[in-house]
Amino acid sequence: MANIKLPDNKKKELKEVCAKLNNDPGELINALHAAQGLFGYLPAEVQELVAQEMNVSVAHVYGVVTFYSFFSMTPKGEHPISICMGTACYVRGAEKVLDEFKKLLNVKVGETTPDGKFSLSCLRCVGACGLAPVVTVGDKVFGRVAPEDVKTILEEYNN
Amino acid sequence: MAKFKNHILVCAGTGCRASQSELIVENLNRAIEDNNLGDEVQVVRTGCFGFCEKGPVVKMMPDNTFYVQVTPADASELVTEHIVKGRKVNRLLYVDPDSHKVISDSKEMGFYKKQIRIALRNCGFINPENVDEYIARDGYAALGKALTEMTPEQVIKEIIDSGLRGRGGGGFPTGLKWDITRKVKADQKYVVCNADEGDPGAFMDRSILEGDPHSVIEAMAINGYCTGASKGLVYIRAEYPLAIERLKIAIKQAREYGLLGENIFGSDFCFDIELRYGAGAFVCGEETSLIHSMEGLRGEPNVKPPFPSESGYKGKPTNVNNVETYANIPVILLNGSKWFSAIGTEKSKGTKVFALAGKVNNVGLIEVPMGTTLREVIFDIGGGIKDGKKFKAVQTGGPSGGCLTEKHLDIPIDYDSLLACGSMMGSGGMIVMDEDDCMVAMAKFYLEFTVEESCGKCTPCRIGNKRLHEILEKITQGKGTKEDLTLLRNLSYVIKDTSLCGLGQTSPNPVLSTMENFADEYEAHVVDGKCPAGQCKALMQYVIDPEACVGCTLCSRVCPVDAISGEKKMAHIINPAICIKCGACMEKCKFNAISIQ
Ligand SMILES: Cc1cc2nc3c(=O)[nH]c(=O)nc-3n(C[C@H](O)[C@H](O)[C@H](O)COP(=O)(O)O)c2cc1C
Ligand code: SF4
Ligand code: FES
Repeated sequence: MANIKLPDNKKKELKEVCAKLNNDPGELINALHAAQGLFGYLPAEVQELVAQEMNVSVAHVYGVVTFYSFFSMTPKGEHPISICMGTACYVRGAEKVLDEFKKLLNVKVGETTPDGKFSLSCLRCVGACGLAPVVTVGDKVFGRVAPEDVKTILEEYNN
Repeated sequence: MAKFKNHILVCAGTGCRASQSELIVENLNRAIEDNNLGDEVQVVRTGCFGFCEKGPVVKMMPDNTFYVQVTPADASELVTEHIVKGRKVNRLLYVDPDSHKVISDSKEMGFYKKQIRIALRNCGFINPENVDEYIARDGYAALGKALTEMTPEQVIKEIIDSGLRGRGGGGFPTGLKWDITRKVKADQKYVVCNADEGDPGAFMDRSILEGDPHSVIEAMAINGYCTGASKGLVYIRAEYPLAIERLKIAIKQAREYGLLGENIFGSDFCFDIELRYGAGAFVCGEETSLIHSMEGLRGEPNVKPPFPSESGYKGKPTNVNNVETYANIPVILLNGSKWFSAIGTEKSKGTKVFALAGKVNNVGLIEVPMGTTLREVIFDIGGGIKDGKKFKAVQTGGPSGGCLTEKHLDIPIDYDSLLACGSMMGSGGMIVMDEDDCMVAMAKFYLEFTVEESCGKCTPCRIGNKRLHEILEKITQGKGTKEDLTLLRNLSYVIKDTSLCGLGQTSPNPVLSTMENFADEYEAHVVDGKCPAGQCKALMQYVIDPEACVGCTLCSRVCPVDAISGEKKMAHIINPAICIKCGACMEKCKFNAISIQ
């Protein structure tokens, strides 16, 4: 099933991380955090490697990866967009903002635009509820976003 | 160390950083350089001041001037005016919305007046990345006192006497939990800090960790001394990068000072702390799931008993407490249990931190004595409802809690009274809703969350909540019947009674409480096919007022589905069967002829 070739240097780095965690199955989640940090996401090939290094079955790794929403098995866009759907943002109109992003990007939640530029996802509370509704693009946080602002936000990244 | 005459405190919490507070710090530092004030003025990045609504906040010490909504461009003026010339920058001061008076001292603001800060005592006062500042405010004195002057039994007795109860939601007496963990015999025990904070719309624990990480570290060490554990673990959400960073720095500094490690304070007590990261699963806030997650497994809960105090991490006795619970410990030991138990109500002592959010004027982080009423919180501290709208409901306890209404506004906030009216304290999320919020849609929103977050281990929660969500969806689509309401209620009770863990046992609360308090709203959806709050799209109708319509044809041209017809210069009509309720026509109409009904 392996059809992505993982770069050797990153593979080596991941193995080193696992060794640092004493290849202890109890540290699996920390290993997966590190792996996602390295590769950006967790395709089957990475999961196989983690399983091998952490001394657990691939099925176990898959079970853990799919349980936690922080782990992703699909690559994110160059600029990952997340709409906060926490309660504070929801009551201040996050849904309308999400609809606007869906409309302008023409993708659904969890998808990436065909050019790989933007991916769209929802998350629950980034802890900036005072600025609700909140949108994050990469590490940048946009507060008090109105549907009308969506176009401007996208333009910032579109050139 | 240079003695500074002035300190400029800048909030560096997640909220204010999102509004460029880092750049404000940079610009302030530059302005200080330009004015050759480097030896006299120091800029300090602090944790959250709480008043997030008016962020970024900048506070001038020693005169306590509180500047709000500061932008990076204001930095140099703050230095040249306030510091150099000693004149306040009036346009950046807080204006009381009622009296329209300018208030410069935060202690005079409605937002702060009714607050008592115990757990948040250092947030916004110290630089969380500098252990010396924590020590200067009596930090680690409680640990020193415990280790050198008290036996574990004495410490535990002090905590029991204080009446402190768990702030993570359950409200279990903290001292009792410590005592149970202490009494179990084992070669290794663990101290765990629950920093998973899964309730969406809550940010208390994050703010404490960002603003005062040492208080939690100190309390965990005290717990280790009492229970006989030498290892501490903080389980923290990966979504909180800043809190993680600050904790790492704090642990490192504590180690350097010998406050963690071998033979702390010259005693034979050894203790160290490691971090474990969550990965975005709400159920991992439940203590048995949390422990599984720390063991590298899927975060599914266990049947209790055995409780973690008996058999927890790696099968060893494990004391799990919440961040805010820990943050209270050092002050209790220093000021004594009597001092603490004098605050609050009969069965709920001390204070509680709430993340006040939603449709209130002053969104932010607040700490009030137990027994404060919801009215005081929402109207005095929160400054009332946004845009002059009408208060409708407040949700406490997050997705496990209930919607409380007007009639509950005067009950004192404590564990037992909230439970008695169908909600719960929870971890401290408090979401205020106004007349525009549909309660059926709100219940649906919470159920959507539960369905997504159910771990799937037990059937009532995994399947039952999905069915609840489907029925609510049907009602918001205008297809619900009266039988659906009965079904909704019955199914809710079954889920509550039969689910394995706290998630399923409380997930129907938002449904039951909204059905109880807003029965007429449910009726309106299923009987009259109307959404009184005008939020449920399927139940709305766009209509053109034939009197006001001049027949300009603009609406029919913007309608994406050609639902509008009519001759030029004649009143137009919308065909509800075709209309997709996008609202484009209403936005374009220049004569206010289109409305929602
Ligand atoms: C579904 C669910 C989610 C929970 N989430 C949290 C949480 O995010 N933070 C927390 O401290 N406790 C949470 N708890 C409560 C914990 O199980 C546990 O009671 C608490 O951490 C004990 O600490 P305390 O006694 O100091 O409150 C949750 C419980 C349940 C059932
Ligand atoms: S109640 Fe829900 S979350 Fe808890 S064990 Fe059952 S399925 Fe899992
Ligand atoms: S709910 Fe969106 S930031 Fe908290």
